[in-house]
Amino acid sequence: MTNALLTGADASTEVPLKRRLRRAERRRQVKALALVLPLLVFLLFTFAGPIAGMLWRSVEDREVRQVLPQTVAALADWGGKDLPDEKAYAALASDVLAARASGTMAIAAKRLNYALNGFRTILTSTARNLRAIPEPGTAKEALGKINPAWRDRTTWTTIKDAGGPITGFYLLAALDLTRNVEGTIVEAPPDQAIYRGVFARTFVISLSVTVLCLILGFPVAYLLATLPPGRSNLLMIFVLLPFWTSLLVRTCAWIVLLQSKGVVNDSLLWLGIIDEPLRLIYNRFGVCVAMTHVLLPFMILPLYSSMKAISPAYMRAAASLGAPPIAAFLRIYLPQTLPGIGAGSLLVFILALGYYITPALVGGAADQMISYFIALYTTETANWGLASALGAVLLLATVLLALVYGKLVQGQHVTGGMKN
Amino acid sequence: MEAGMVTPAPALVRFSGIQKTYDGEHLVVKNLDLEITKGEFITLLGPSGSGKTTTLMMLAGFEVPTHGDIYLADRPIKNVPPHKRDIGMVFQNYALFPHLTIAENIAFPLSVRNTNKAEAQERVRAALRMIKMETLAHRRPGQLSGGQQQRVALARALVFNPQLVLMDEPLGALDKRLREQMQLEIKQLHETMGITVVYVTHDQSEALTMSDRIAVFNDGIVQQIDRPDALYEHPVNSFVAHFIGENNVLAGTVETVEKEYCRVALAGGGAVTARAINVSGVGASTSLSVRPERIAIMPDGTSSDEPNRLPAKVKNTIYLGDHALAVLDVADNREFMVKLQPGTHDGLRPDSLRPGDSVFITFRPEDCLALDPV
Repeated sequence: MTNALLTGADASTEVPLKRRLRRAERRRQVKALALVLPLLVFLLFTFAGPIAGMLWRSVEDREVRQVLPQTVAALADWGGKDLPDEKAYAALASDVLAARASGTMAIAAKRLNYALNGFRTILTSTARNLRAIPEPGTAKEALGKINPAWRDRTTWTTIKDAGGPITGFYLLAALDLTRNVEGTIVEAPPDQAIYRGVFARTFVISLSVTVLCLILGFPVAYLLATLPPGRSNLLMIFVLLPFWTSLLVRTCAWIVLLQSKGVVNDSLLWLGIIDEPLRLIYNRFGVCVAMTHVLLPFMILPLYSSMKAISPAYMRAAASLGAPPIAAFLRIYLPQTLPGIGAGSLLVFILALGYYITPALVGGAADQMISYFIALYTTETANWGLASALGAVLLLATVLLALVYGKLVQGQHVTGGMKN
Repeated sequence: MEAGMVTPAPALVRFSGIQKTYDGEHLVVKNLDLEITKGEFITLLGPSGSGKTTTLMMLAGFEVPTHGDIYLADRPIKNVPPHKRDIGMVFQNYALFPHLTIAENIAFPLSVRNTNKAEAQERVRAALRMIKMETLAHRRPGQLSGGQQQRVALARALVFNPQLVLMDEPLGALDKRLREQMQLEIKQLHETMGITVVYVTHDQSEALTMSDRIAVFNDGIVQQIDRPDALYEHPVNSFVAHFIGENNVLAGTVETVEKEYCRVALAGGGAVTARAINVSGVGASTSLSVRPERIAIMPDGTSSDEPNRLPAKVKNTIYLGDHALAVLDVADNREFMVKLQPGTHDGLRPDSLRPGDSVFITFRPEDCLALDPV
């Protein structure tokens, strides 16, 4: 009877059971999706959207195409070996006149000037001196007379390269590379090649700050994890205290402390340790100190949470098995804090990469990080293309780092051995 | 010390006048003197807070005695750090290192001692064989069941041949069946390897199963140290009688004392003869202890000349498979338990007892102990 009942149940419910399960799961999934939907929409508009926009702007190139459409079209099948033919000159003359009439010449001039210094002058002088469309067949001569630069192949390749609609120009520039007149990628001239140095500086500062945070944060996190609850709560408040004041205030406080007539220098002078004020700010030292202070909690908190999960029994077990304290620490405790060290370091490093205000306020000219240049290009010179390209390179580097970290963590993933 | 050992072996561990306080006001361990013989399996048994774990931790070196000293092989070890004591320890929650494999966990004590690689490997392999877990050598602790983790912890504590192995409630996290199986395995290891084990538990049946000797702790004092059977048969005070095995208590006053026996007038009426174990004299109040399996139930009206014969009222019976318990109302005790063994019991069958029946209980004077009042 039992058998019959079982098979009966099987036959009648197997398919509906699966469908029921799917339906139940679907309802759960919809519910979960509904819960995260507001955040998802928010992130889409404030995060994914701007990033996509930035990536697009780093390769978009429309200004020249918009202002000099006929020229760009005429240059489309120009080989670039010699000067372009008469048709291109005529198109340029017509474009220049049209641009002068609509007042859009400056847009193209700005873009072309990025690629070739002095292009602005070429264009404005041409616009000023070109009275009317030259007689057919004389455009080449007429333009060459107005500005000899039109007899230079480079001038024309610059226009062709900037013809868009998509360009690698900004991304190459962000990596200190450029295209020469033949169109091959070469190193940028030394006076323009600054970004690799800035990226390297950004990484060095971020790395120093990360290492400083780790060295300073590790013992604090250890204390937090091992002190009795009452005292560790108090300590935790001190760790979180920096979050209660604004970044700007904290950075300015460092200026007060570290400047040549600041608290630290005055104290050292008074104590007779130094004879003249040390230069503690507006240099690399000041940047590292201020950034370490600001970022320390981001190191301490992940470390703390990984240490909190380590039962004191492990260290006791290691001791009872014959491991001296240092060996026990290195072989038992430290490996178990690795996920925390990794998470904290990655967090601090990535946050440090994007630091702008602190280096801008307490750093010297040689301590400005990549964000400073991104800000410079967006707010001062409105060179959105280059700003976006620098941002894109920074984003790429960060994503690569995160991937490497993910691989490392996966490689030595730690599962809890304690049953309770 | 009345160990009753056949051959008096030299003491491996000696606690001498040990006191321990954490707060400076209250002693957790009060004047502990204890000797542990080489090759012995000794259990520190007691309720939580009785000082047994503190004692173990002082021996392991994780707590420092406030007063007194501990000797390991006649060497004072108060100032020897834990890692130099050469004592293996098994922890309550195993404390297997989660980032190391089973083999690496077992190899850890060898590698911190710089044992040469080939020998270490051989010993790890032997240890894995001993716990029958060769095939799981490369798993991590998180992938093992509780019983398997316990075996690994055991192997890790034994692999470096320590002078002494400490176990701090090692089976507390396991279910009953597994716990009983592990008890036998640990006992077997102890016997085959000849190791000295100090075992801490609050489970009296575990202590009785495994130990050569048991030290019963209460309130920071060792109440009694003895073989399991001696503890059960001859408890020296009410605490031990209660803590080890099942026990019925009757309150009374000593009327007469004659050699080893005394006559006690029960608080709930009637009088019985009991062995005077821990009574201060005539007129002193005492609490009588009778084991449930040493009591017979007689139907009402049967006459007998037993010296200890008390009227009782049946409250109910509890069926427990291999035996049954009758809960009776005897003198001042409303939860008086009598163990009924079907077939062997010469009194009444459990199913013939009905709640409300009036019966008599009898027990021999030597099975009734007059102890200190509770």
